[in-house]
Amino acid sequence: MSIKIALAGNPNCGKTTLFNYLTGAKQHVGNWPGVTVDKKEGTYRKNKSVKVLDLPGTYSLSPYSAEEIIARDYIVKERPDVVINIIDGTSIERNLYLTLQIIETKVPMVIAVNMEDEMKLKGITVDYDKLSKKLGIPVLPIIARKGTGVIELIDAALVVAEKAGIPNELSLFDENINAALEKLLPILHGQNENEKTWKAIKLLESDEVVLATIPAAAREKVKAIIDTADKNADGDVEAKIADLRYQYIAKIVKESVKKKSEKHIETVSDKWDKILTNRILALPIFAVIMFLMFEITFGSSFIGIGAWLQSIVCDFWDGPFTEAVLTGLENLGAATWLLSLFGDGILAGLGGIISFLPQILILFLLLSVLEDTGYMARVAFVMDRIFRKFGLTGKSFIPLLMGFGCSVPALMAARTLENDKDRRITMMITPFMSCGAKLPIYLMFIGTLFDEKYRTITLFGVYFLGIGVAILSGIILNKLIKSDSVSHFIMELPEYRLPTIKSVLIHGWEKIKGFAVKAGTVIFASTILIWFLASFNVGSFNGENAKINDDGSILCEMDDSFLASAGNGVKVIFMPLGFGDNWRPAVGVVTGWIAKENIVATFSQLYADETVIDAYIDTLTEKEIQEKELLDDNDKVDPDAAAEAYDEALMEGVVDLPALKGPREEGGFDRLTAWSFMAFNLLCMPCFAAVGAMRRELGTWRRTLQAIGFQMLTAWIVAFLIFQIGNLFL
Amino acid sequence: MTLKEVKIGESCVVTSLGKKGVARRRIMEMGVTPGVTVKVIKVAPFGDPIEVNVRGYELSLRKSEAEQIIVEKV
Repeated sequence: MSIKIALAGNPNCGKTTLFNYLTGAKQHVGNWPGVTVDKKEGTYRKNKSVKVLDLPGTYSLSPYSAEEIIARDYIVKERPDVVINIIDGTSIERNLYLTLQIIETKVPMVIAVNMEDEMKLKGITVDYDKLSKKLGIPVLPIIARKGTGVIELIDAALVVAEKAGIPNELSLFDENINAALEKLLPILHGQNENEKTWKAIKLLESDEVVLATIPAAAREKVKAIIDTADKNADGDVEAKIADLRYQYIAKIVKESVKKKSEKHIETVSDKWDKILTNRILALPIFAVIMFLMFEITFGSSFIGIGAWLQSIVCDFWDGPFTEAVLTGLENLGAATWLLSLFGDGILAGLGGIISFLPQILILFLLLSVLEDTGYMARVAFVMDRIFRKFGLTGKSFIPLLMGFGCSVPALMAARTLENDKDRRITMMITPFMSCGAKLPIYLMFIGTLFDEKYRTITLFGVYFLGIGVAILSGIILNKLIKSDSVSHFIMELPEYRLPTIKSVLIHGWEKIKGFAVKAGTVIFASTILIWFLASFNVGSFNGENAKINDDGSILCEMDDSFLASAGNGVKVIFMPLGFGDNWRPAVGVVTGWIAKENIVATFSQLYADETVIDAYIDTLTEKEIQEKELLDDNDKVDPDAAAEAYDEALMEGVVDLPALKGPREEGGFDRLTAWSFMAFNLLCMPCFAAVGAMRRELGTWRRTLQAIGFQMLTAWIVAFLIFQIGNLFL
Repeated sequence: MTLKEVKIGESCVVTSLGKKGVARRRIMEMGVTPGVTVKVIKVAPFGDPIEVNVRGYELSLRKSEAEQIIVEKV
């Protein structure tokens, strides 16, 4: 028979460190139904019949956020065999508040006082026996990071679980409240026996969620009882309860906890804090840290681990692996369309996801480090004032900043925003931060249409356009989206701590797994879909293509495909934006949704021909041709390799695409329509990977579609304004 | 006076909390209850929020939230 242990405690108390220590790799991270909160379950390494559940960190059991509701619902309804309440010994009083509330739920309990090493530094000593007597619950010291005392803790917990002993009720309320509780119990008649006392207390605390479980007929009675209680408690019984709890805590702590000094002692952590949030130094230090983070993840310098890992993975996948698969299929006699499905469809699609993962992993590891050290909380603290002006909060800063690298991890980072409205708005405008994949689009246009001297400023202009639209959107969405809950910034600023490598790795890995599965499915499906639309047409199915093509394949050129037809159909939407006269730009936009940089490859396919590619090769020196490996076995330039090299040059903006400058009817652009096109792609729905991440974090398709709808509308309007107003002046 | 007006480095004692609501409940749960000593540690570089030390840990509050907390000088 398996025993269920639930870990409960404040955020930052070391609960997860303990969980990781107990379960090691035997843990599984899922989702609590209906909310984007991680559900962490595992098995105790030393005893397979012991299951451990890491409840979300909470400061209390009142319904402040989804985390609190999940924690309490689990304890009260699921009734684990024992709850281990982890307490941060350096802030015992605040931690005991949750303890008292868990005691009220009447579930078998054990208390673990963590951070013994830090307590010593602060001059705090706890008399565990005394504390245990006062609370009527076993209290044991542990140092979760090192595993000290953990075995004793679990042993004690298992003993408690077996005895199934309910902690004694503590008498900390006054006459008034106790009388009110007595009156409430009969009304709760019919409800689960174990939940009655707890529910009665919650009712007196004006708990909305519990109140909703009372049948309408009885609500009047309940309100009357609360009103009477209020009157006898200086008008506010809810405040009285909180007050009495802390008074009780203060009493216990006085008798069982010794502090070297009652005054606030400055610790090493405080000293660090002074520097990191210093009026003058805070922002520059932050800028440096962010720069390093980006360099390590996306940069190509010697610290650019992310890019390096990515190139290794991609080279392997696109090279030997794909070749092996295709050759294998060829040997099995696969038809051309099947080879294309695998090569251009499935492998390219999976490759898209896989090429992502190394950099996201690195980024998340770095973020986990920043988070676990406690620095993130300070960043939000510093940025809050500015972001309030745009209808956001300090916590929005990190996701938005990360958006400049890649929207996918940025959107996932938005999880830290507890307020639903803040989170939604932040996520909806994150893609406006021009991600790395969009840069090649700008470089392509700038390389072809803009004078050298205007290049940098145009680039800056596009980025700032994104930021400007984001700010405006934040303000507008703030007015449009209704919310019951006001945004708060009542937040603990945890001690600076060095995270353990293990926890950072586990932290980061969890995030990747979640993304890879959910978002991966979206990307994969959409890549196949677009591959199909771009490679097939009617002639594929009535035998015509097979007749026309040299190799008898049923595929067609992109020019003649379903996608092109669709492009012809929808191009009219883009007419007021200046690029709707031809189907090519529309097709470009669509392929951009698989990955934004695809637009360059698509345009290369649709606008470039052999003469252009040849002209480019002609500009290369012999040395460069060797370096880029463009020669085949006969020392002649291989056309496929040449095309690829041309694409790369186009993405860097070092070569131009003549047909791009052509007449509008043939899909050509001028500087103005280039701007409106770039603006549209900057602001419209992000790539499918990001959509997948959005769907995962927003929770429902409805919200995701709302977000996408908003982004498309914004993109269209901004591009429209650019084109139309631009036309008036030029 | 309110907690908002307490200067950096100064301590005060809480006498009462503001009106009922989610924010107040949260503030009380975090340990800011009548009779507790609060020390103002710093203000964020841009002027808001503030960081206080209460019951042995650091808590951040926006000035609009600190305004709701009535205190007495120590």
